[in-house]
Amino acid sequence: MKAWRGAVCSGDAVEEKKMVKSELAVAFPPTFSVSEIKNKQRRHFMFMKLKQEKRKQKMQLRKKRRKEREALGDKAPPKEVPKTIENQRVYDETTVDPEDEEIAFDEGTDEFSAYFNGLTNPKVLITTSDRPRGRTVRFCEQLATVIPNAHVYYRRGLALKRIIPQCVARNFTYLMVINEDRQVPNGMVLCHLPNGPTAHFKVSSVRLRKEMKRRGKNPTEHYPEVILNNFTTRLGHTIGRLFAALFPQEPHFVGRQVATFHNQRDFIFFRFHRYIFKNEKKVGIQELGPRFTLKLRSLQKGTFDSKYGEYEWVMKRHEMEACRRKFQL
Amino acid sequence: MQHDDVIWDIIGNTQFCSFKVKTKSQNFCRNEYNITGLCNRSSCPLANSQYATIREEKGQCFLYMKVIERAAFPARMWEKVKLSKNYEKALEQIDENLIYWPRFIRHKCKQRFTKITQYLIRMRKLVLKRQRKLVPLSRKVETRERRKEEKALIAAQLDNAIEKELLERLKQGTYGDIYNFPVHAFDRALEQQDQESESEEEEEEEDDDEDVGQREFVAEEEVEESDLSDFEDMNKLRTSSDEEEQDESSEEEDEEEMEVQTKASRSKGKSPANGSAARKKRAYVEIEYEQETEPASKSRAT
Repeated sequence: MKAWRGAVCSGDAVEEKKMVKSELAVAFPPTFSVSEIKNKQRRHFMFMKLKQEKRKQKMQLRKKRRKEREALGDKAPPKEVPKTIENQRVYDETTVDPEDEEIAFDEGTDEFSAYFNGLTNPKVLITTSDRPRGRTVRFCEQLATVIPNAHVYYRRGLALKRIIPQCVARNFTYLMVINEDRQVPNGMVLCHLPNGPTAHFKVSSVRLRKEMKRRGKNPTEHYPEVILNNFTTRLGHTIGRLFAALFPQEPHFVGRQVATFHNQRDFIFFRFHRYIFKNEKKVGIQELGPRFTLKLRSLQKGTFDSKYGEYEWVMKRHEMEACRRKFQL
Repeated sequence: MQHDDVIWDIIGNTQFCSFKVKTKSQNFCRNEYNITGLCNRSSCPLANSQYATIREEKGQCFLYMKVIERAAFPARMWEKVKLSKNYEKALEQIDENLIYWPRFIRHKCKQRFTKITQYLIRMRKLVLKRQRKLVPLSRKVETRERRKEEKALIAAQLDNAIEKELLERLKQGTYGDIYNFPVHAFDRALEQQDQESESEEEEEEEDDDEDVGQREFVAEEEVEESDLSDFEDMNKLRTSSDEEEQDESSEEEDEEEMEVQTKASRSKGKSPANGSAARKKRAYVEIEYEQETEPASKSRAT
């Protein structure tokens, strides 16, 4: 500012501005907005001034509030919680109340009840779209190590509708198809087999085992535990059960492996860790295994049938993504 | 009059032909009526007055013949004959239309016709197989989603969440007797609980002579089922600590050991989401598995 030619003018302008401000407090003159100044340098200068003043006011307010709080001591009102998207989430009427009987009844009789009552053991068939390339193939192999009792089969251009009856005949409970685009996996179709629901996900941020930093040794054959976080609504509940039924019911605690499906703002993050309890308050986790994110695109009743299937839920971007604070899962 | 040689002299080697495509090894002809696609003296449709081709339109094959008398009217120069869909019959049609024509043209026409029918068959077969549906990605949407995913990842704090969940499970006792240290935590927690309940009792009544363990039993009856798991845990671990302190009678010890074992066998694994041991106010699905030994232990406790 010192080297600036218009120093005198700016001084005047500043004073003008201050007068205008004080007038504003009194009457309604046309407001003087910074964006109307045509000269870029001066406009920038005015804007910086404005910001500085705002910041000063904010600091003063803060100091005042802190003094008040200290003065009150114990009787001070509790600290305000900052707003986050999770706090401000629009209340979803389909949120599951853990004690809801209707939901409990539904879940006792839905497609997963056979699994949850211990009648079936999960057996997963992993395959890809046509002609998979290196990354996808490796991803499928790693998935097969993470999910116990999983088998990878090469697709060979077969139609899914013809594969499904054969799978059912051989007692598979899940069909997982990894779709590939430009040598990278980008979609997953997860189909629960004996007439169960089919979910179609978008897969992103796939990290293979050798790209992981500080990872542990390869996963063993022990059945992992499952953590499902934040599946609150009815839809989320269904998806959560879908994931839970992938893994056998009785995890081997000896193996100390845990697979996590964490839902945050409709993105489901999958991680696979090995944990160790250092003492009763601290646990160390070490990531092994692939990691990826899923985003649900559609849920269809019945096995895979994209033309005539009955869709329970489809992602409609314009309706559902219009509000930033509204989530589906 | 059409002087084929003159025409070929001009366009073939010396001067320019707009249909000619030159490559390092070969010359191609882009004229749509060319029968072989190469730029040759015998395949050039401009430099041959007697010329014929096969072309296909929407799955129908036609034999085009050049009528040189109409060379002045290029739009009407080519005569077309529709060929039958039957392969052999079409070949006979070609033969009868091109009778007395040079061997080269007849041969090449039939070759071209064969190639065309073969690719038409392949097209029809492909339609029956699985069609790949190409879904266009909108760049804006993709970048938006990527950003949202990053923000969600930061908000998720995955490591913390996982560690918290594991510690909760340890506290709840799903791991049973595998780990040895939980005793101290539960002692402390129990003592805290006891102090609270003691202070409560002091406010209401003044009887404090009851043993803490027995008060636990009474509390179990009153408490709802959803809190049952916690208290049972407390009970079990309290007694395990008591074993060390040797305050209980041996019978009670045995009973409670049985409880401990059944409880351990019950909590290994997962119970259904609608099980009675589901905890309330949890924002996620907790899937636990109950075995039928539980009622036996409950009755023994009461």
